[in-house]
Parts: sequence; C-alpha cells; structure tokens
Amino acid sequence: MRHRLRFMRSPGGAIGVAIVLFVVAVAVFGPYLAPHDPTAPIGPDAAPPSSHAPLGTDELGRDVLSRLLNGGRSVIGLALLSTALAYAVGMSIGLVAGYSRSKVDPALMRTVDVMLAFPPLLFLLVLIAGAGTSIAVLVIGVAAIQAPAISRIVRTSTLEVSVRGYVEAAVARGERPIAVIRREIVPNILAPVLVDAGLRFTYSILIIASVNYLGLGLQPPSSDWALMVSENREYINLNVWAVIAPAAMIALLTIGVNMTGDAIARSLGRSYVPRPVETVPPS
Amino acid sequence: MSASAPDPVIRVDRLSLALASGAPVVEDVSFTVGEGQIMGLVGESGSGKTTTALALLGYTRAGITVRGGSVQVAGNELVGRDGAALRSLRGKVMSYVPQDPGGALNPSLRVGDAIMDVLRAHRSDRASEQSVRAALERVELGGDHAFGRRYPHQLSGGQQQRVTIAMACVCGPPVAILDEPTTGLDVLTQDRILAELMRLREEEGMAMVYVSHDLAVVAGMADRITVMYAGRVVESGPADEVIERPRHPYTRALVAAIPDVRNPRALQGIPGVSVGVGEWPSGCAFAPRCTHAQDRCVGAVPALDQAGSGHVVRCVRWEELVHTTAPADGGRAASGSSGAEPLLEVDGLRVEYRGGRLGRPAVDDVSFQIEAGQCVALVGESGSGKTTIGRCIAGLHQPTAGDIRFDGVSLAGAARGRSLDQRRRIQIVFQNPYESLNPRHRVAEEIERPLRVLRKLGHTDARREVGELLERVRLPTRVMDRFPGELSGGERQRVAIARALGAKPELLVCDEVTSALDVSVQAAVLELLTELQRELRLSILFITHNLGVVACVADTVLVMDRGRMCESGPVTRVLNDPGADYTRRLLAAAPSLPHGALS
Repeated sequence: MRHRLRFMRSPGGAIGVAIVLFVVAVAVFGPYLAPHDPTAPIGPDAAPPSSHAPLGTDELGRDVLSRLLNGGRSVIGLALLSTALAYAVGMSIGLVAGYSRSKVDPALMRTVDVMLAFPPLLFLLVLIAGAGTSIAVLVIGVAAIQAPAISRIVRTSTLEVSVRGYVEAAVARGERPIAVIRREIVPNILAPVLVDAGLRFTYSILIIASVNYLGLGLQPPSSDWALMVSENREYINLNVWAVIAPAAMIALLTIGVNMTGDAIARSLGRSYVPRPVETVPPS
Repeated sequence: MSASAPDPVIRVDRLSLALASGAPVVEDVSFTVGEGQIMGLVGESGSGKTTTALALLGYTRAGITVRGGSVQVAGNELVGRDGAALRSLRGKVMSYVPQDPGGALNPSLRVGDAIMDVLRAHRSDRASEQSVRAALERVELGGDHAFGRRYPHQLSGGQQQRVTIAMACVCGPPVAILDEPTTGLDVLTQDRILAELMRLREEEGMAMVYVSHDLAVVAGMADRITVMYAGRVVESGPADEVIERPRHPYTRALVAAIPDVRNPRALQGIPGVSVGVGEWPSGCAFAPRCTHAQDRCVGAVPALDQAGSGHVVRCVRWEELVHTTAPADGGRAASGSSGAEPLLEVDGLRVEYRGGRLGRPAVDDVSFQIEAGQCVALVGESGSGKTTIGRCIAGLHQPTAGDIRFDGVSLAGAARGRSLDQRRRIQIVFQNPYESLNPRHRVAEEIERPLRVLRKLGHTDARREVGELLERVRLPTRVMDRFPGELSGGERQRVAIARALGAKPELLVCDEVTSALDVSVQAAVLELLTELQRELRLSILFITHNLGVVACVADTVLVMDRGRMCESGPVTRVLNDPGADYTRRLLAAAPSLPHGALS
C-alpha cells in the first residue's frame, strides 16, 4: 500500500490532496457547523458582511455562510456520481473496443462518434426537456456527455498496450479476456486515464453548475454553490461575497482535483517507466 | 588496411565528460583517426561510446558537460566553441549517421528536401536538384528519378539508412560519425550498407568513427579499434591486432561472447552487469567482473600500457595473461535425431493477412518437425514470416490453412481453444524484454501467474517455485519484489524465460530473444537456453536473423525466404554446404571474426 501513496510526497500531490480534503470537509461537515438555517431569511436582502452574517446575506436575506456550508454536497456528490458513471460506461466501451479489434471495435466507435457530435449542453437540455428535472436525469445526462470521449482515450491506450508481450503471454496462457483486461491492460493505461479523470471531474462540475445556473438542475430553495452564483449574480454590487465565495469553492475543488490527478499520474509514470540500461534499442 | 596516416583528421586528447552531479561519464579518452581511416569504437551500453562519439560533433546530451581535454576535427578545436561556430561545422566538417533512421528522418519531409536542407545550410552554391540526385546516386538510390520525392515511411529500413548516409556525405565532410548504423537492420541489408560505407571511404577519403557494440561488424570494417568500458579506453590498437590478440580481459570476453557463424563454439557471457554512470568502482572498473582480478586491480586505475605497435591496453596483468587462453570447448555437441515421434509437426502452414498488404501470404506452405530435446532455428530476414510461424504455434495467430500437431494431436488456432495441458506445454518468449513484462507487476507476480493458471498451484506452492525458477535462470531471489523497470534488459529477458519455464513446457518458442541485448548479455542468455535444453530436455524453436547465433545454439535450421521455406537441415550441413542460393547470400553477409580470433 505504501507505494500507492507515493504521489503525496510531491509538493503538487500534497497540496492538491490538502485542498480536496478541505473542500470535501466543508461539504460534509458544513451543514453541522452552519450558524443559521440555509433557507430562512435572517436579515435584509443582499447585505454586506456583518458580525451576524460573516459573508453577508443573499438576495432573499439568507445567510451566505450557512448556504455555503450547506451547498457543497450536491455539487460534489452529483459530479462524483456522474463522473464515476461516465468512467464505468466509457472505460468498458473503450476496453472492449480496443481489445477486441474485431467488428465490435468499428461498431462501438462509430456509435461513440455520433454521441460526440451532439453539443453537450444542448444534449443535456433536450434530455431534461424530455425526461424532466430530476437528479437521476442530471447524473445520467452528464455521464452520457462524458463517456464517449473517455471511451476514445481508453481505446487508444488499450490498442497500444494490447500488442505488448505481457498481454500476448497472457493470451497464449489462455487467460479469459476479462482477466487479461483486468490484470494486464487496465493497470498500464491508468496513467493517461487518471490525468484525464481530473479534467473530466472538473468538467462534470462545470456542466452541473451550468445546468443549475440555468435553473434546470437543482431547484431553489436548495442551497448549491452553482445555484448560489446564479441567484446572486445580479446583486454582485451589493454583496460580492455571495457570488465569490461559492465560485471560489468550485474553483478550489477543481484545482485540487487536478493537482492530485497529475501527481498520481506522474508518480505512476516515474516508478514504472523502464530505465534503459545495458541494451541497444530493439530492431 | 592499416594505413599509417601522417596527419590525423580527428585528434581527441584526454577528453573527459561528466554529469552535472560530477559523476564522470567519459574519462581521459584519447585517440586519433587519420584521413580515410575507420575507427571502431566498441563497448557495451553505458560504456560512454556514444557520448564520446557525440563529443566529436561538438555535442553533449542534456546534463552532460565537457570537463576537460580537447577534440580537434580537421584542425578545428570543438571544445569551448559556441553554438553558432559548431553548427557551421556540423554537416560540413563532421557529419552524423544516426542509429535509428526511422526516428532520425523527419516524417513530414520528402527525403530530397531533407538532403537539400543540408546543402542550403552549408553549400548554398551547390543547392540544386542535381546535387540532391547526385547524392542519392552515390548511395545507390539514383535509379528512380522521383526517389527524392518520397517520404521516409515509403522507404525500407535500409533505404532510410542510405538516405541518412547521403545526408551525411552530401557536403563532402572529411569526417563522419556513425552511431550503430546497422543495428536495426537484417544481415543482408547490413552487409549492403557496410559495403556502401567502405566504398564511400575509398572514393571520398572520409575518416569514420564507427560506434558499435558488435565486434564482429567492426572487425570487418575498421582499421583501428578502440574498446571502451565504464567511460575509459581499455584497449586500442590496429583492428586485426585487437581482434586476434586481444590483451585486455574485457576485450577477450567480448570476443568470446560473439556468436560466429564460421567458427561456432560455446558462447561465454561476461558475468555480472555493466557498471553504470556514477557507480564506477575504484581501480580497474572491470575488476568486479574479471576472472583474472587480483587485489592490486582494485587499488588504482591502471594506466594505458604499450602492448605493441600502436596497441595500448589498460590492464596491470596483461603481460601475465598473454598465454592464458579462454577455455574453448570446440562447439557444443548437437543433440542428434533420436528417431522418436516428433513433438511438434507443422504441416502445410499458410497464413494470409487481412487486406493482403504483402501481396502474398506471410507464410506459404511451410512444413517442419521438432523432436523432443531438439533446438530448431528458424532463420530469415525481417518480413520472411518467421515470427508469424512462432505466433501460430503459440496460439497467437490463426493460420489460414495447414495443420499444427503437438504430440500427435492437432492444435486449435487460438490459444483459448486449446486444452490447458497443451497451453502449458508450449510457451513463448518474446523479442523485446522491455515490453514483455507487465510494468505494473512485481517479478514474483509475473512468474507466479502461469504457475497458478496453467498448473493450478496454490499461492504458497507457487511462491516457493518462483524462487527456484529465479535460481534456475541465475537471478538473485531479491529481484522477486522488483518491478521490471528496475531491471536491466538481460535481467528482464531472464525473468521472461523464468515465466515461460514455470509452466514446465516441453516446447519453448524463442522469438528473437536476444536481438535487443548487448553481445555479452546475449551470450549469457544463449548459454542459459542451451543449458536448459540439455537439462530439461526442452525443445526450442529459436527464431532469429542472426546466423552466428544459429551456429552456436541450434541442431537443425530452417531458412525462410519471403514466406517460404527455402532450405532445412542439420546446422553443420546447412551452414557449411548451403543448398539454396538465399542461404548462401545470408551466410556471405553474416559478419564474422577473422579466422585467427581467439583460437
């Protein structure tokens, strides 16, 4: 297990993990620490920070700090859920397509190409228009937007890895395709996939935030960082914190996740990349 | 051959290069090369030979700096010159032929334009279509007028290497640096390229430095040979002198490691691993691997000692060792035909690739047999279909037609269609040790897997056997917990062999298992395979393009030419009295040591 945490030793990895932990801690424990009810007005509308409300109040007079402490779970939870779903689907498609190389590959990839042709936000809006606003629709929709691109990256890496000797040795042993993929291929495509995963998670947050911002995702009065930015943008001149604080939380999460992903990928790369010694390149 | 040049065009004097950390990479290297002379610069990977060669271009790789000494090429001092001055010399005064032409040629540049670029840089007066064509003609690529309009990917490996040679020669530089120019090429192409270089030397009087790890290639070309080990020159002298009367134990070991088609003998690997930069021992760097090392060898770095006219050697004991000869045991006893049922029968094998890019089947009507305990070599150029045959036997490629019978039973095309026992009894070892081990699995996991899958052993039993297998391939058991990235190429190939042996196979398919390895490491791996064949009565199908290797390990040889088998028979018969024209050409092209070497 020790070597799996090696990425923490790099400054980027340690800082990234610290940021992510901080944001997640805010999201998880925030509701218990919130001084006020996030949905009840406590003072004048859009008031600047005061001792009563350290980050001021929003356009309906609700405490910004309390809403901030309550608003992380939905963004992080939904983004995590939809990214995970996107990876489950995208990686399966990519691995099957890349490993099989038979008729399955072109069929899967053309389907993926069609999916990629839809403008993502439009796709989601059409889906919401058809299926209604619900958390399930949001998660499935975001996953459907992400999965095609993931499957492309995974397929390319799989194609490259599956001609390697260790994969062929496993095939010659007669191992089941699923075992070959799990043992020999997946561990060796993780580095590019992980770098990408940070970006994808970020992108999921952005899509969810956009949809919430458009008022088609989570509905008021629920507190949500993206929704907070959207609700308060018109009153930014009265209480700037009502916009900046939730936006900063989203930004912090994004930066932290990406730093962590990069550090993990780099540590994988460093520890396993062959050091050429004692040989001449193969013919 | 050994022209005594009065006026050297290359003069390297006490050259030292080091890493930024201070670790020396090359130390105190001196040599001269006269006009029209070829000097072979020989050593294992990590010996500093390429670093030295690049210094002759006024170039150092990132992180390496010149610490002292001087490099003069055609009267120009290179050490301490600025980038612009060096650039004006490169290509005009000294030029470079790289190791891997596929990687060295710009894939988006037509080869004619690539040559034109060199002319524009140095001889804009001569930059014309005509000069480009003349340059291509000089390397025998002039037949097609539109040749210069081709892109590198439209050329064969040999043609690509000729283009890089044409680029190196187009401005008529007095000096060319050749960095393993034939390493990735098969014997026939290698032979043509070498002949080409010899001709250019004759016609243009170029001085060349030929960098290689293969003494046999260098022996046929060079006037002088300089052998490097751990950044220092250990021996230098006239080529025939160094090959026939090597004085340094390292040179002797290198010579003994060369598989020679005309003089087959049991190969001897050099024990241990070549020392890397920053881990040089005090005293003689070769001492830890030297069978003749004494206490005084580790005390101080020996000085270069005169061992003959123009022949120097860096060994304190060379005079005492002159009369000790390597224990040569006159070739190995071929395991003759036992007359038993053949273990493997291949009958009318035919493989066509989808799309038929080759315009012919990759393998066409190939039949042969392997008996138990026999080593059969499958020889041919790249593209001859030899690897495809090995893959069909291992169940990695579906034959189009034909039958492969193992122990009397027809084998299914795909490994998954074969019985557990069939899969266990046939194992394959791949060419490239850098790609044949899963970089994410520790050595123990990698070797354990076949034991569990093919022999259904439990974890504890399997682990115990992993230790035995490592011992068998002569690796210390501590490598168990290492990742492949921490092992050298030779060590990895041993792990791959251990992985195959774990299945207790009866037939081992070895696909070019040594072509990515240094000569000394190759010898050690071949030694191991021969021993396994004898002790375990293992049958081996040995796929290779190197006839020297065939002569040293095989009992029977099959020669493949463009998908067809053109000759087969016992090794001694085929190599001494080849029946097919193609075999004769392969034999003539195989680099070989002069007859007197080490005898």
